[in-house]
Amino acid sequence: MNIFFQLSRTSRALLLSFSFLIAQGAFASQKIKIGLVLDKGGKDDKSFNSSAYQGAMRVKDELKSFVKYVEATDDNAFESILRSFAQKKTFDLIISIGVSQVDALKKVSLLFPKQNFAIVDGVVDSPNVRSLIFQEQEGSYLVGAIAGLTAIPDASGFIKVGFIGGMDIPLIRRFELGFAAGAEVEAKRNHHKIKVISNYVGITADSWNNPAKAKELAMSQYDSGVQVIFSAAGASNAGLFDAAEEKKKFAIGVDSNQNWVKPGRVLTSMVKRVDEAVYQTCKDVSESKFIGGTHHFGLADKGVDYTVDEFNRALLPPAVIARVEELRKEIISGKVQVPDYYKNRK
Amino acid sequence: MRLIEKLPQVFKPIISVLVGLSLGLLVTKIAGEDPWNVLGILVRGAFGSRYDFGMTLFYTTPLIFTGLSVAFAFHSGLFNIGAEGQLAMGALALAAAGIQFPNVPAFLAPVFGILVAVLGGGIWGAIPGWLRARRGSHEVINTIMMNFIAAGLSSWVTLYLLRNPHSQNPETDSVGAHYLIRQFSFFDGAPVSMAFFLALFAVFVVWFILWKTVLGFEIRAVGQSESAARSAGIDAAKMRMIAMAISGGLAGMVGVGEIMGNAERFRVGFSPGYGFTGIAVALLARNRPFAIIASALLFGALHKGASDLDLETENVTRDLALILQALVILCVSAEGVWEVLGDRLKILSKKKWFNPAVSVEVSEDQASGLKTKV
Repeated sequence: MNIFFQLSRTSRALLLSFSFLIAQGAFASQKIKIGLVLDKGGKDDKSFNSSAYQGAMRVKDELKSFVKYVEATDDNAFESILRSFAQKKTFDLIISIGVSQVDALKKVSLLFPKQNFAIVDGVVDSPNVRSLIFQEQEGSYLVGAIAGLTAIPDASGFIKVGFIGGMDIPLIRRFELGFAAGAEVEAKRNHHKIKVISNYVGITADSWNNPAKAKELAMSQYDSGVQVIFSAAGASNAGLFDAAEEKKKFAIGVDSNQNWVKPGRVLTSMVKRVDEAVYQTCKDVSESKFIGGTHHFGLADKGVDYTVDEFNRALLPPAVIARVEELRKEIISGKVQVPDYYKNRK
Repeated sequence: MRLIEKLPQVFKPIISVLVGLSLGLLVTKIAGEDPWNVLGILVRGAFGSRYDFGMTLFYTTPLIFTGLSVAFAFHSGLFNIGAEGQLAMGALALAAAGIQFPNVPAFLAPVFGILVAVLGGGIWGAIPGWLRARRGSHEVINTIMMNFIAAGLSSWVTLYLLRNPHSQNPETDSVGAHYLIRQFSFFDGAPVSMAFFLALFAVFVVWFILWKTVLGFEIRAVGQSESAARSAGIDAAKMRMIAMAISGGLAGMVGVGEIMGNAERFRVGFSPGYGFTGIAVALLARNRPFAIIASALLFGALHKGASDLDLETENVTRDLALILQALVILCVSAEGVWEVLGDRLKILSKKKWFNPAVSVEVSEDQASGLKTKV
């Protein structure tokens, strides 16, 4: 069965590229049609979904492709939207954004074995689905190190850094664990005692969109002596930035590069290049190189990273950056082991 | 003969719906789309294939329950805005029972599940009913507050007591296999189950209770005039408590379709506002049980068809469905205006156009007298 799929896909790809050769007389990438199914947060969440949307827009511009996106109305709508896309049979790739679409995609990918799918943040084990997984803990470790290196110890000799998560799910615990590990190791290397304070906005999907609560948490963390807070909370991050500005302390952004939001107050951003993953996958499709399976995006391929730009360059001393770059190499080479919440669980 | 007399009663809401939909489609014209095309997409999206039709029925099922719930409370003179919380509690109770007692015999489990769901929603509805009846606090405020408590409580129970450890999503473990009711394969994978027929049966039961039993008569009497009912010896407070409990129980049955017929588990936030749409469903149906089927089908179809708008058009999004719903409700609630307008037209016609012979006889005074009567 599997081999049959592979064969039929290759032959189709061959056929396509062959006909294209005749039409264009050159080895150019084809114009493709992309369907994008966004999570309930929608394309304007300034974070996860909007990163995916930007990736798709880049595909539209640079690969001259057609992109259609749909935002889901409720959890039961994912399956019907995916089916509507697949039934058209004209889309070269359909991308599911977010872990809540895993069950729906499992079903639909079996119903349409010839349709290419991709999913971000979740794993669907079908030959026609590419699962795009990020090593969030690696990027979080680096921004944790930045926090641990830049914060100044208080009167009692403690460095205090904070973490604010959006919804309390394993995925976000993964950010937290990486961040805490990075901060602790670097602070201890400089012989400082360290405290990592951690809070979550909530336990429901509203947590991604509750800046007021995030601000409240950030204010109380800053009041207790925390100097840098890393927040992985989607659209709730806006509350953290407001608090950092009011208290004249520092924040670390997430997912998209958020340094510009409050220049001078955002130390750096832990970017998760959903846009890059989306773009790469689309590019593979346009070059008929698409294959299923799970793809990990980590520090090595810049799937996760920290950002330095004109808004935060003054905040980061060269020594800090030099140390973090050293850490990057050590993580990639495996010399530094970053704890992974997924593996540490149980 | 009776049917003919009733016809205008049936036609008025239908005309209102048509006017509302046409206004909504005009909006799409402004947005730069072809209204006929949009209408076509909505209809195809809702009824185009077995699967699409199945999804429409799947969304219709909870709307029948919540529509009935709101309507039942209306008949006792109460405005139940709490169906959203009641359905969450019903579903949560069902999920908890399904997880705690997975070994209930297969022939008993579905019935047991339904009873638990009814009980969960019923208790949640009875609390504001009791507060209203015994303490006089207003049910609108209380049911809204109970919605928040239900949302918080159901997330807490889900995440800290019954959480599915294998999933990132906020959901419980799956219920015992005996609780699952069959989905109809006719619908090509859409999760339509026996819950739909349970909803139709509930419509019949509600009609029977309200119009064929003493209890229903007393509830309606309280709803129409509390003081009159009281002087006839009806215990108004008791009737309202019973009505709210039944209303909550009806909303609780939403859990049957969602958990036993679809997700196999309680998922936090599974309802895209079924409880609130239920108010609109009841309003459009003028609280008539059988009309609620049609009204729920309309709103279910709008919800299903809406997601295809995003996919098929450039300028119109799923939000259009919300605009359509709002316009339909506006037009339905504006029915009073239609009647007034109709009577005005009659007077005018008597005065001038159609029947000049009569217009001579109707003096200005008489005409204004007629107007004030209206």
